[in-house]
Amino acid sequence: MNVAGSKKPDPPLWLLAELTYACPLQCPYCSNPLDFARQGKELTTDAWLRVLREARAMGALQLGFSGGEPLARRDLEILIREAHSLGYYINLITSGVGMDAARLEGFRKAGLDHIQVSFQASNRELNDLIAGTRAFEHKLAMARQVKANGFPMVLCFVLHHDNIDRIGEMLDLAVSLEANYVELANTQYYGWAWVNREHLLPTEEQLHRAETIAHEYQSRYADEMKIYFVVPDYYENRPKACMNGWGKVFLTVAPDGTALPCHAARELPGFQFPNVKDRSISEIWNDSESFNHFRGYDWMKEPCRSCPEKEKDFGGCRCQAFLLTGDPANADPVCDKSPFHDRVLGAVASARTVHDKRAEQPLVFRNPQNSRRLTSPCDGK
Amino acid sequence: MNAARPSARLRIKPLYRLQWEEAQQAFVLLFPEGMIKLNDAAGQILKRCDGTLDVDGMVADLEAQFTGSDLRQDVLEFLEVAHERGWIEET
Repeated sequence: MNVAGSKKPDPPLWLLAELTYACPLQCPYCSNPLDFARQGKELTTDAWLRVLREARAMGALQLGFSGGEPLARRDLEILIREAHSLGYYINLITSGVGMDAARLEGFRKAGLDHIQVSFQASNRELNDLIAGTRAFEHKLAMARQVKANGFPMVLCFVLHHDNIDRIGEMLDLAVSLEANYVELANTQYYGWAWVNREHLLPTEEQLHRAETIAHEYQSRYADEMKIYFVVPDYYENRPKACMNGWGKVFLTVAPDGTALPCHAARELPGFQFPNVKDRSISEIWNDSESFNHFRGYDWMKEPCRSCPEKEKDFGGCRCQAFLLTGDPANADPVCDKSPFHDRVLGAVASARTVHDKRAEQPLVFRNPQNSRRLTSPCDGK
Repeated sequence: MNAARPSARLRIKPLYRLQWEEAQQAFVLLFPEGMIKLNDAAGQILKRCDGTLDVDGMVADLEAQFTGSDLRQDVLEFLEVAHERGWIEET
């Protein structure tokens, strides 16, 4: 809209290939869309190979294979081999379920660069409760195999009310598994996490305690592993520079071929996101209305439009603006300049008070049954 | 480690991958879920951190390619930074 016809946007550097929405886990904070069970057929191997080639030709360099659970795709090794020959740096983002030693070795030979293994908690009981399935022991075994195969390993823990107090144990686990990086990623409230927000949002006290512990480990293990602590933006007063700006760096391709400026954007109303089955990656990136929609600054309303920080945070997250204010063109209400900031403060305040009621608010697990129950066939279209 | 030791042989740590990117006309350093675009000098120095040349050899090689300049100080300063950031190690 705003930049189309003037100057070609910079090419994407990151391609996130969400290969499938199938997943053996049911994490209640999953970032997949609520209506994932109603989405169309997965792309074929050949279609993915074309996506990889076209995005690489434009300059995409970092590649994430994700999902759902990407290991559910039997052609993953073929995709890795092609991506490697094209010169991508290849990240596999996995729960570890569906992995075995032979498959790992095949990935290594095919040229996979790095594996991120997610854990739901630091012990079996809580991990398997949150994952909605028995997975902990297998994850441990696979994390050891990842290291034995010489891969750099990132361990990812998604933090929320029910596990954040165990952050020290999580870091001890990461040390014992010899992780190279640890991501302590506070839940972002989109998709399934939005549905479960009242249950999942930690209190400010929990958060500060966790942050203190994370900082202790950061200095103690500075030479062995890098620890990232991602603060939940509800507790900030300036928004994150979401995706480094809409259509600037990141390109997500969903399992059915829908191309998105971020993996949560599918939930925004009124967009007809293009599909890689119909259009080339360069057409999608350079010319499609939806990728151009929030590029630049002309789309902004006040207070963003005249804000001196707009080039730093791009007005924050469009999905969060939509979820909390109903209009994705509003300022991300995490910002205390937003007239809707009180909605974030309200959620934070209720995180303190609903503490005792959590038991009465059971988590809604991410599975096909709940997906169909919570959405109607025309949602998101 | 003192990365600047004349006889040190340096290499890029296995966690990182150095690559020439045609689209960016630059060397990039790749690592799990991240990348750094290097300026020309940094790229030329890191390209020579392959364990074959020692620091003296790297300086000589760079001075031969980029004629007439005394590069030692710049190279040593960059190697210290690269070491601090954990990009390189001694072989």
